[in-house]
Amino acid sequence: MGTGSIDMQFILALAMGTLVGGAAGYLGTLMLSKRMALVAGPLGHLTLPGIALALTFGFDVSLGAFPMVVLGILFIWLFEIKSKLPMEALTAVVFASGVAITFLFLPEEQTVPALIGDISQISFLSTAITVILCAMILVATSRIYPSIVLIGISEDLAQSSGVHTRKYNFVYLACIALMVSLGVRIVGGLMTAALSAIPACTSYNLSKNQSEYSYRGMILGSSSCILGIIGFMFTGIPAGLLIILVSTSFFVVSLFLKR
Amino acid sequence: MIILGPNGAGKSPLLKALLGLVPYSGEVSWVTKDISYLPPQELFQRRDVLLNVGEFFKLKNASQEKASGILKRVGLSSSMLQKSFGSLSTGQFQRMIIAWALVDEPSVLLFDEPTSGIDVGGQDTVYSLLHDFWEHSNLTILLVTHDLNIVWEHADNVLCVNKKQVCCGPPKKVLAPESLEELYGTGVKYYVHGHRKY
Repeated sequence: MGTGSIDMQFILALAMGTLVGGAAGYLGTLMLSKRMALVAGPLGHLTLPGIALALTFGFDVSLGAFPMVVLGILFIWLFEIKSKLPMEALTAVVFASGVAITFLFLPEEQTVPALIGDISQISFLSTAITVILCAMILVATSRIYPSIVLIGISEDLAQSSGVHTRKYNFVYLACIALMVSLGVRIVGGLMTAALSAIPACTSYNLSKNQSEYSYRGMILGSSSCILGIIGFMFTGIPAGLLIILVSTSFFVVSLFLKR
Repeated sequence: MIILGPNGAGKSPLLKALLGLVPYSGEVSWVTKDISYLPPQELFQRRDVLLNVGEFFKLKNASQEKASGILKRVGLSSSMLQKSFGSLSTGQFQRMIIAWALVDEPSVLLFDEPTSGIDVGGQDTVYSLLHDFWEHSNLTILLVTHDLNIVWEHADNVLCVNKKQVCCGPPKKVLAPESLEELYGTGVKYYVHGHRKY
């Protein structure tokens, strides 16, 4: 691989990481406010069969991941109707089954990329699509943000103020599913929760109000990805690991700077 | 109007039905669309969110000036706008949400249990505030409460419910000991003080 091609991969990875990290961090602040910070974890695991298929047949991992997240959510929803069991318990059933199915047919050499992500081989097209989808997540999240905050404070209050709670919750969940599907390429199926939860936690420690909190979540998410990807280019250590470690370092520092 | 009745009588579902938030049979028609609603304070979740009071008012597209003005009317200074949502005392929080509900000048306020979790002094303040808005802002208030005492001081009309309508009308006319007994299923005695003025 020539220097030019390394530079292009680096630029593509940075573009993808900046947008995915920003979208995940921004959405993560909303998820933390709704006590759903860990939701991206099980959803990330749900993507593993899709990632395995993508790696086996050579198509984009996000393309494999998204239908699996949707399918997983559908299963959880159907099981909940049928069993009346708590959703978190059913999430455990579905995501654990997803992991088991993945390892039935995932080639051994593809295990690490599936679990912790791989940004070494990304195309211009997949970067462009990811950037567009992340921009859509950012716009959609900023549009639903006030209403979701109001729903979080009081659903009755939101409904009586004219907020269509089902519609907003649907858009919110769709954004999470999309963000997880895009995030797995960078940090893998194991660590997608960290991509959204850690920047949100750090931002919570540093912010005095909702506005600071949401934008700082976005900036911290982007910064972690940028630094992680730069670290990968210099060390060869998987970017997913470095992104999470950078993000965790920010969090530890924020504990000492806590508002 | 005060909606009165024992626990489980259907007071809160009645308010929600009036707003179309729960399924109901029959017909609800309003002459206005400017209706505001406040649920009981204990149903407000997530008071630990990082929202400050100013941002909470922005959720209603209220300007800082308008928010400051209405906060002053409920006895809170405009510096409250910078305070975080979760740092307010129970009494401050209740006055703040009254201001929030009234900032866009609704014609009707539906208020479920306005004084739940508030001490006696705070309860007096809340009812005085609501009475003031009712008198000076052309505001119709439908208020759900367990508190029989406030009916005489603040209400034009009272609606007594216990799964069905037990009585409806001016308190002096309809709140006879017999209807209270039917309402609460036990003998309820009351004494009307004549010295309160608002």
